Amino acid sequence: MPELKFLVSPEIGKAIKEDHLYDLVIVGAGPAGLTAAVYAARKKLDTLLISKDIGGQTLLTSDIENYMGYHYISGKELAAKFEEQVKKYPIDIAVGEEVTSLRKEGDDFVLSTPTGKTIKGRAVIVATGKRSRPLNVPGERELVGRGVSYCAVCDAPLFAGKDVIVVGAGNSGATAVVDLLKIANRIYVVDIMPTWRADPVLVERIEAAGEKVKAFFEHEVVRIEGGDMVEGIVLRPRGGGDEVRLPVQGVFIEIGLIPNSDLAKGFLELNEAGEIVVDCRCRTSVPGVFAAGDVTNVPEKQVIIAAGEGAKAALSAYAYLISQRR
Amino acid sequence: MPLLDEHVREEVKREFAGLSGKVKLLVFTQEFECDYCAETRALAEELAQISEKIEVEVHDLLGSKAVAEKYGIDKIPAIVVLGEGDRDYGIRFFGVPAGYEFSSLLEAIKMISSGDSGLSPEAREAVKGLKNPVHIQVFVTLTCPYCPMAVQIAHRLAVESDLIRADMIEASEFPHLANRYGVYAVPKVVMNDRVSFEGALPEKAFVDYLLQAAS
Repeated sequence: MPELKFLVSPEIGKAIKEDHLYDLVIVGAGPAGLTAAVYAARKKLDTLLISKDIGGQTLLTSDIENYMGYHYISGKELAAKFEEQVKKYPIDIAVGEEVTSLRKEGDDFVLSTPTGKTIKGRAVIVATGKRSRPLNVPGERELVGRGVSYCAVCDAPLFAGKDVIVVGAGNSGATAVVDLLKIANRIYVVDIMPTWRADPVLVERIEAAGEKVKAFFEHEVVRIEGGDMVEGIVLRPRGGGDEVRLPVQGVFIEIGLIPNSDLAKGFLELNEAGEIVVDCRCRTSVPGVFAAGDVTNVPEKQVIIAAGEGAKAALSAYAYLISQRR
Repeated sequence: MPLLDEHVREEVKREFAGLSGKVKLLVFTQEFECDYCAETRALAEELAQISEKIEVEVHDLLGSKAVAEKYGIDKIPAIVVLGEGDRDYGIRFFGVPAGYEFSSLLEAIKMISSGDSGLSPEAREAVKGLKNPVHIQVFVTLTCPYCPMAVQIAHRLAVESDLIRADMIEASEFPHLANRYGVYAVPKVVMNDRVSFEGALPEKAFVDYLLQAAS
């Protein structure tokens, strides 16, 4: 049995001060948003941190071995430590809330949530991160929650003793394989590239498992089969050749991420990938709006990079607010 | 060794600082052949040590058959969270509430102690019109960060209405149930065995499903 851990989280859905003009509204509470919150709080900015969850993609990572200061820490423990540090400061935190629109009104910014709340701020940091990219093959949509999963860390325990496939051989795919090693029976991996693109330390761990893991490189997914639930997956060699059908009950899709930049569409400049374009001071195309972390065009999506960018965005927002004071 | 380390105990102490009414945790267990029964009992007892508002009563599933039946306990480990005067709001935890679900247990205790569900006025209004009972089962895993949202909304609804019972079920401890309800993604919410959905939906969407299950 796995070791039990106990995590204390803030109240979900805590009230937001409406009819109040915050100095700074930080949207998203992954490593970027949480770090920005600490920096903003230390500058005594009147700050609201609003997010669907606390931790963002960190919560979906089981092991983190490259965040400085910790040789090894689980994603949720690192998120809990970030959260604890933020909660040392008297800022407003609204969890369980999404922001769907962001616009300018006079000198200020107005944000709204699908629950009908309106928030006002003098400056904004968008740190909304990324989410899983779908594969877009037949059977995928129909079988979501029926064996198709985009959250390996959430759903892996449901596949004890079953045969599964992980789509994607990058870092997130390799991490999913490592999670599943302890749980599933047979684990297949498929990727269009000829080899693993994950950190060698992860690949070593997978290779140590021997025949339990079988990889299909230079293959693509044709379709996912099943009725009430996933029954199999069909792969095809990239150069042509016979299709391969694998009987699996679980399909974990880990083929990369798309930015959560919908709230910024038509308001901030985005690049072709949909990422918010920022300069080296985390400034977006609209003065007063800053962005940080995975949602931006900053290269390399890493916890430590997002955290650093969050710090920079908060300091830039502070400089902006000082310059605006009349 | 205690389950909760010093650090977590301090955090829990802060969470429990505002407890007003008394809360009783009924723990159902048995000595053998139950994963996490011992841990679930120990967890409840450690919480009771942190706040004098919390009392624990331990029952053996077979030995206390009548009590188990009264509260509809058919699997273990289980915790029923009762309010003052043993008032049953319909809140159940099946499987150990550890990992992310530890926060759901703390929330349930705080909510029952205050007697207020904390639901929005709209949700309260919608639930008021309920005519038929609704049994909500929320399947979770302990590593799922979105699951507490679904569990906590279900528990709030249970506190709001005597017609609603809401169970957290840790899917990997009850594979036969996970199998029966086809749980392959969490959170999965099943209402009255006929309405079900996956994902942590916002309160309003959750209530819409509830009304559908009740009709």
